[in-house]
Formats: sequence, structure tokens, C-alpha cells
Amino acid sequence: MKLSIGPIQYFWAREHVLDFYREVADCSAEIVYLGETVCSKRRLVKLDDWLAIGRELRQSGKEVVLSSLTLLEAASEASSLKKLCSNDEFMVEANDVTAIQFLSQAGKAFVTGPSVNIYNHRTLRLLAGKGLKRWVLPVELGLETLKDLQEQRPEGVETEVFALGRLPLAYSARCYTARSHNLPKDDCQFKCIEYPDGRMLKTQEDQEFLVLNGIQTQSALTHVVLDQLAELSALGVDVLRISPQASGTGRIIEIFDDARQGADLTSLIPELHSLLPLGACNGYLLNQPGMDYDTTAAA
Amino acid sequence: MELVCPAGNLPSLKAAVDNGADSVYVGFKDDTNARHFAGLNFSDRTFEKAVRYAHDRGRKLFVAVNTFPRPTGFGRWKAAVDQAAEYGVDALILADMGVLDYASERWPELRLHLSVQASVTSAEGIRFYHENFGIRRVVLPRVLSVSQVTQVISESPVPVEVFGFGSLCVMVEGRCLLSSYATGRSPNTYGACSPASHVRWEETEDGTDTRLNGVLIDHYAEGEKAGYPTLCKGRFQVGQNVFYALEEPTSLNTLSILPKLREIGVSAIKVEGRQRSPAYVAQVTAVMRAAIDRCLEDPRTYQPTDQWMKELGGVSEGSQTTLGAYHRPWQ
Repeated sequence: MKLSIGPIQYFWAREHVLDFYREVADCSAEIVYLGETVCSKRRLVKLDDWLAIGRELRQSGKEVVLSSLTLLEAASEASSLKKLCSNDEFMVEANDVTAIQFLSQAGKAFVTGPSVNIYNHRTLRLLAGKGLKRWVLPVELGLETLKDLQEQRPEGVETEVFALGRLPLAYSARCYTARSHNLPKDDCQFKCIEYPDGRMLKTQEDQEFLVLNGIQTQSALTHVVLDQLAELSALGVDVLRISPQASGTGRIIEIFDDARQGADLTSLIPELHSLLPLGACNGYLLNQPGMDYDTTAAA
Repeated sequence: MELVCPAGNLPSLKAAVDNGADSVYVGFKDDTNARHFAGLNFSDRTFEKAVRYAHDRGRKLFVAVNTFPRPTGFGRWKAAVDQAAEYGVDALILADMGVLDYASERWPELRLHLSVQASVTSAEGIRFYHENFGIRRVVLPRVLSVSQVTQVISESPVPVEVFGFGSLCVMVEGRCLLSSYATGRSPNTYGACSPASHVRWEETEDGTDTRLNGVLIDHYAEGEKAGYPTLCKGRFQVGQNVFYALEEPTSLNTLSILPKLREIGVSAIKVEGRQRSPAYVAQVTAVMRAAIDRCLEDPRTYQPTDQWMKELGGVSEGSQTTLGAYHRPWQ
């Protein structure tokens, strides 16, 4: 199995982003997804910067994919997306059907991200006919469904699984980070930059439940598939995606790299958990609530 | 502007038709639609009556088959499409690309609408569904401002339907996993958000707690009216503040902007609420009918009456309404 680094879901300072990808250049992940997928107002790193980072990573031997915005609202966002999709250097990860339309019309191969709803074989086959080269299993689908889909997977299509990260659970017109500062979205003052792992939302009895990341809502727990690595490998998963967190991603990639080469998980799993901002969950894989954590192997 | 109203059972369907709905949308008794609640929706027998009741009175009947099948259940979604088609419904409301592919191939003459659950917010996205499946209408998610809706309509290859009244999803539909994260039951695959099976009301020393699969969604003080624990409408703590961090219990109400919706070319107005009572359907349909008629008659002098606002407020979540994302400051 290959390892990929998903797009940074948060709004990081420009230097933080650049430092992160300098580190990534030397890591063992084979694929790197670049770009802003959550909010079009986050412009500290622009398309030309992403292209420059992409070229450097390609020089270091990485496969580079440009990730697109997930929720499109303004016409200007569709124009930016069109520009992204017309780049001739890198493949694009479509996170919305709008990008699929641009890419398939242009006859370009593409990847679909976790927010494109591929829930069954017929959808998978249809998109394969449009140029789908790799798809990310929607995060709420489990091993059973993955097994069924792998059995009917069209020739030449690769499967990627969201393997580590706070789960992208929802997108809205409303910016919740701005709201939590009592600011409207149009005057958000870029508050997201203060929360490089998102802003914690707790229940009234202090359960750390969700994380606010601008217009996106995430799980507070980090989804981790390490306990099910053997099953994922047996099901023929091609790529495991690691979603960047504010710190510790480098070591997390090393742990996954060791694990895929057969290292003993008993010490790796506790170390991995110690690197997470809060804790682990994996319920979705086992057909349970996504927030649950179960160490038993799938049936 | 066509008025499209919800019905979760035969009495609701009759209420919608009798009170002036142009079209009524329904679902079958299983997970093939996004209001999969116990005791709700149509069996073979009631469905046949529903089709006849609507058609005898010159109204249209739409069937929502708007959840996302996994491979093992795909046959159920096909059966729902086939059943609706065989009974001669006026349109199917679909979301999943695989189901759209099946329906357009098996029933090429049947009119297909793209469900809000397909989560499409751009004209290019609509074009994908139009070119591949021949959809003839799209229902837009509740995430666009009026100016963004205007933009989409100006470039859309098919007519556009928008939500006019009802419970408000604040997350883009079809891509919201909050409820499945907490309960394991997904609106996308199971057809219910914050399902009743996972809800608990608990009396405490100082009031009432409402929980969803154990997660505290809200706490109500003694004497405060406890609402249903819909996950996105609870009070949570962010920083030092406890508040409705995502959204308050509130319903969408577009009465005040109907002339604008007409002017920008909205083709149909949808009322949410297949899970609500026949009385709700009757009341909301009657108000929306009167409002749309008044608006079409003379959009310049149109004003929502106090009576309409009061009636819709009375059947709204938390007895309050909002323009939601249509109104930029809400965002």
C-alpha cells in the first residue's frame, strides 16, 4: 500500500505550510495532495504557490495531486476551480461534482476526494467511464461496503482510504469559527489561523465532541485505521491517506510506513495515539458510530 | 412558481392537495428516502391511492428515492424506482449517481429531478447531471445566498427549485455526517438524521437533558421547554461560551422574499416536512398558496401578512424562523 498526505484542512500561516512541505519532501509517503479544500477566503498560499510546491515535491519523487474546494457557492469559486482544473501539470482531486464536470469534459483523469458520494458499484463504474483514476472511500462507509465495492471495482481504478485524521463531517454556508467569535463570515478576521487543529466544541458536560474549522465541522477524535491495516491490505486498498495535523505528522507517517512493512503494531499504536490532539476513533470502519473506538478486527 | 408540498401519509397528501399544492412529494416505507421514520411513508396500497387522489384533482405526485444505496441494498432502490415509474408518477427525486444512471436507462421517458441530497450548488455541477441523466429540474441545497441562487439560475441548463419553508438543514445536504458520527445511522444511507431510536430525555436535578446516543445535545433549565435533540441545534461550549454553536432551533421562512425569488426565476418552491402532521401540511400549504398567489398577482405591492407569519411561526422549530443562507449576514 502507498501512503498519501491529504490536503491540509486547516488555515495555517504561510511559513507553517512551507515548512510542512519541506519536511514532506523527505518522508516515505508517495503521494501528496495540495490545495485549499475548505474556504476560498484562505489565500495565504495561492494557486501559483501550490504549483511551485508541487514542482518541488515532484522533484523529490512524489506524485502530486491538486485538491479542489469542497463546497462551491460564489461564481468566483467556480472560476478558480475551472482554472485549477485546466492546469496541465498535475492531476486534480475533485471534491465536488463541479470539478468532475470540468475534468471529464476536458478528458482528464481525476481523483475523487472523501466528500464525493461514491456509495455503490454503479456510481463507481459510471465515474470510471468519466476518467476516475482513484477514489477515496467516503469516510462513513465501513469495511463490509469496501469489500463489496472492491469486488466490483472497474479495471484500472485505485482505491484510497482516509487512514488518519479528524474526520471531515459537514460543510455549511455559515462559518462556525467566525460565529464562535461572534463575527459574521464576511468579516471573519481570519480567526481560523488561531486554530491550526480546529477549534474545540464540547458538550455541556465537557465531552470534547466536534471541532470547528471555518465552514467545515470535524470530529474531535482522530480517525485511525491502524488496527485494521491487515484487513485493508487484504481488500486490495491501494493508498492510505494521512490528513495533516498541526504537529507530529512526520512521525505519524513513519509509523504507518513501519506498519505497512509489517512492524509489530503493539508498540506503534500507543505511540501513534500519543501524537493525536485528543484521541482515536474508528467506528465507521466497523459499521458503528464514527466516534467509537474498537480494537477488535472486523468479522 | 409551482408549490411543492410534503406528505408522509395519505391524510397529509390529501391535506396538501386540498389546500392548494401544485405537486406533492412522498417516499416509500424503507431506507430509500431521506425521511425514513417509523410509521411514516407509503406502502403499495396507500401509494396507489395517493397517485389517484393527486391525479384525479389535476395535481402532480413526485417520489423521493434520494438516499445513497450501498452495493448490497441496491436492489431496493431499483425496486423503488420501478414501483414509482409503474404507477405513473410525475417525477422521481433522486440523489445517487448510480440510481440516476439506472432510472434514466430503465425509464428514459420518466421525468427526473435532482434531489437536494445530491448537494449540487453550481451550474456546472447541474450540467453534469443534465448531460448524463437528463435531469429536468434541480433542488438547490440551503447554503446559497439569494445572489448566488440568481447566478446559478442564470446559467443552469434546467429549472431550479428552492426551499421555501420548513426545518432548516444548516449543513450542505447529502454531505453531512454529524448524525452518523454520533449514532452510526446515516442520513445518507439510512434516511434519518438524529434518529428517535437514539434519543433520550432525562430528568435531572435542575431540569432536562436531551441526548443523542449518550452525547449531551442540550440541557434545559426547570420550566424551559425541551426540544428534540437534533444534533446541529443543541447548545455546546466553545471557548468560554455555551450557545447554539451551529444553529438555533429555527425554521426557514421565505415569505418575505417571495417576489425576489419570482423575479430571479425560481421555478418551484418546496416545503419541507414529510415527517410532520397532516395539520402542519394543511396549514403551511394554505399559507404558501395564498402567499404565492398574491405574489404572482402583484409582486410590487406584495407583503406577507401578520396572520401568515404568525401561522408559520407557530409550526416552526423553536417557534422562530429565519431566512437562513439566503440572507448573507446569517452566514
